[in-house]
Amino acid sequence: MATFNLTINGKKQQVDVDPATPMLWVLRDHLNMVGTKFGCGIAACGACTIHLGDMAMRSCQLPVSQVGNMPITTIEGLSENGDHPVQKAWLELDVPQCGYCQAGQIMNASALLKANPDPSDEQIEAAMNGNICRCGTYTRIKKAIKKASAELSKSA
Amino acid sequence: MTIIKTSYGRRSFLKTTALTSGGLMLGFSWLTSCQSKPEAVLELPKEWFDITGFLKIGENGLVTIMSPNPEIGQNVKTSMPMIIAEELDVDWNNVLVEQAPLNTAIFTRQLAGGSQSIRQGWEGLRMAGAAARQMLIQAAANAWSVPADEITTEAGNLIHAGSGKKAGFGEMASAAAQISIPKEVKLKEKNDFKIIGTSRKNVDGLKIVTGKTLYGLDYKREGMVYAMVAHPPAFGLKLKSYDASNAKSMPGIQDVFTINSYEEDTAKNVFDTTAFSELVVVTGNSTWEVMNAKKALNIEWEPISDYIDSFENFGGGKLDKNIPSGFESTAVHKAKMNEMGTKKANVVRKDGNPEAAFKKADKIIERTYTAPFLAHNTMEPMNFFAHVTADKAELVGPIQTPEFLEKTASARLGLPLEKIDIQMTRMGGGFGRRLYGHFGIEAAVISQKINAPVKLVYSREDDMTNGVYRPSYHAYYKAGLDKAGNLIAFHVRAGGIPESPIAENRFPAGAVDNYLAESWAIDSNISVGAFRAPRSNFIAGAEQSFLDEVAEAAGKDPIQFRLDLMNRAIKNPVGENNDYDAARYAGVLELVREKSDWNKGDKKGRGVAAYFCHNSYVAHVLDLEMENGKPVVKNVTCAVDCGIVVNPIAATNLTEGGIVDGIGCALYGNLTFSEGKPEQNNFDSYRLIRHSEAPKNIDVHFVKSDVDPTGLGEPPFPPIMGALANAMYNATGKRYYDQPLLGNQQILG
Repeated sequence: MATFNLTINGKKQQVDVDPATPMLWVLRDHLNMVGTKFGCGIAACGACTIHLGDMAMRSCQLPVSQVGNMPITTIEGLSENGDHPVQKAWLELDVPQCGYCQAGQIMNASALLKANPDPSDEQIEAAMNGNICRCGTYTRIKKAIKKASAELSKSA
Repeated sequence: MTIIKTSYGRRSFLKTTALTSGGLMLGFSWLTSCQSKPEAVLELPKEWFDITGFLKIGENGLVTIMSPNPEIGQNVKTSMPMIIAEELDVDWNNVLVEQAPLNTAIFTRQLAGGSQSIRQGWEGLRMAGAAARQMLIQAAANAWSVPADEITTEAGNLIHAGSGKKAGFGEMASAAAQISIPKEVKLKEKNDFKIIGTSRKNVDGLKIVTGKTLYGLDYKREGMVYAMVAHPPAFGLKLKSYDASNAKSMPGIQDVFTINSYEEDTAKNVFDTTAFSELVVVTGNSTWEVMNAKKALNIEWEPISDYIDSFENFGGGKLDKNIPSGFESTAVHKAKMNEMGTKKANVVRKDGNPEAAFKKADKIIERTYTAPFLAHNTMEPMNFFAHVTADKAELVGPIQTPEFLEKTASARLGLPLEKIDIQMTRMGGGFGRRLYGHFGIEAAVISQKINAPVKLVYSREDDMTNGVYRPSYHAYYKAGLDKAGNLIAFHVRAGGIPESPIAENRFPAGAVDNYLAESWAIDSNISVGAFRAPRSNFIAGAEQSFLDEVAEAAGKDPIQFRLDLMNRAIKNPVGENNDYDAARYAGVLELVREKSDWNKGDKKGRGVAAYFCHNSYVAHVLDLEMENGKPVVKNVTCAVDCGIVVNPIAATNLTEGGIVDGIGCALYGNLTFSEGKPEQNNFDSYRLIRHSEAPKNIDVHFVKSDVDPTGLGEPPFPPIMGALANAMYNATGKRYYDQPLLGNQQILG
């Protein structure tokens, strides 16, 4: 066990856990932030995607000891009122079916748009390929990302 | 004029009397006849309109509607309350939706399966809304001393035009709750619908995109213990002994012990699975710690003996399953299926004289199709919360069959049914996997044993290797054409491990004079169950691929070929047990032909298929290009006839999902076995369709209809596999007979 000081969604958090504990379980079990989802445990599905700094990371493969001073953003902190352009686009296009993977999809998509505000279809597919949606909402996700991209370029 | 059927299948739950206004008066005998004892006549409980019923109305006019059925992503949590809100005549913006718990006294068929929630819920939900509306009207009539039939409603308001009086539902709610349930209620005319047929967004949408607690895996309770179970690594094995000394000394671990999920005398139903009944349990303080300790267990397994597993079947009766001992493998499965495919099997339908007709045929086409086992792979792995005490059990989690879980839990825990409370969480996918609630029983047995609240969690590996899989299937087809290219004889012989996918009374049965259907099955100890559109999910693609090839041999356009057969089935059907409506079937083919501009341009990379299952009709045209040996699906045009579409935006989404899922399963889905062991256990070895492989565009068209709604979660899924295989043929000149269509060469994209 060791103590880690983390900055999550702009808030300081302290946890006392095994240093090998993945951020996924620190969030879910220790900090009661269950928006980040467990899907595979081997970084093959993207359900657990969070932001480390501005980068999308699979939290199931990110030991808490590797976080250091980097700020973490989770789905709960992507926006204050669920009004990040990506979240808004998701709601407008009614993207989710079961919804379980969507937190990871949204975190991945928002990181993509941060790095590349106007991605092509191919860039969206490449960036999102690691995020599985078992319900098959891929076509809607792509439309939502393009909608959010248009929204971002308007406000830019 | 509104036409409301007064019976579904074997049930007759409505007593109707036509009103002069053209509406219908509905008696409440439905409520009792939906229950397990149809002869009993119960009074409608007043609580219906209070906390535990279908809806409650606040003083301010806000309405809470309980959504009775489990939500697996099929949108019932939005669309079922929409039906109630429609008849209540309330502004949808003033509606809150809550997931109802299992309550067999109030709700009927709280089950997510067979694409039946909307179809079977339709009339009951309408009546629930209409009854509440009528009680509000009566309350207003009493308060204003005016005749009830002079009061109208609009968007949550009661209006008496004669006196100019007006009140919100909220103002009359408490008085309405005192009024006895009307014996009869009038339903809206369908063309007066204001909510049904309009797009309403997912009621959980904001919670989903902001990461709020919704799913079973997210559910927590003070003092909760985390638990994981170790099951045998192969089918055909059971627990012999274990050594937990390492695991027990690991940080955060509370205990290691064994449970028997089902005792020998536990009364089981068809949704119980007992392949791995005895399990090693690890309990601890957090998921991660328990996961690690589980890996440190040292377990010895031993072979099982042959046994017979007995269940109560769906709808009653006893079902015995032969479970053979031994270790099964995909190679042996394939060899056995190929052998069975060449032998005479159980004749399940015969029309005319197929043998003679085949002898007369000018051309004979014979083909064989196969498909592997599939794992459901819901994104949320199996899990359940249980808190069992001496006198009651609380079970919370993702379950498609809460009523069945309650029964088995009652039998297993030794508690009466009324002492078992089940709450359904939103589910991270169902696809049939969560019909089989053994994980709920496991959680309950663990909780009972340690006398604490427990959260049982499966890892992805647990989930994929302790599955209730889609069976492996095989179908042999033979068609005979005369000189003019008419289909004069048709033979299908289908089977699988351990069940047959045959649907002997579906098309083209009824459209061919000489027809033979045979069925066979091979016993297995691998646990199998319903997977999105059971049996259809294979046989549709096989049949539709075969018909494509037969049409080609007949020198006919594949759509016209099917339509000609359907016209035969419309005008002069063969046999009497045909279970499809050939006119509606033809309708979706005609619609997809028009919307896809089928008759224009060449057919390179185009494929068509149509199928009927779960009471709905779907036709697809799929366009693709082959790039580096892989199909890139450019477009899918889809036509659906599922009767009235309650919520178009969600229905379109669900249809798109079925298409994407079908393409993924057909191209990549493959669970293989070696020495009884599933060879894939996570997404690095089991291939699911990904973003870049989804169709670039999907156009969904619904047949305009005023027929009561039917299923949609499953019907679009099976036929897309046929459309895909046919399009691949039209792109490559090569036919595809075996799923996964891309073979085993591709693992990760």
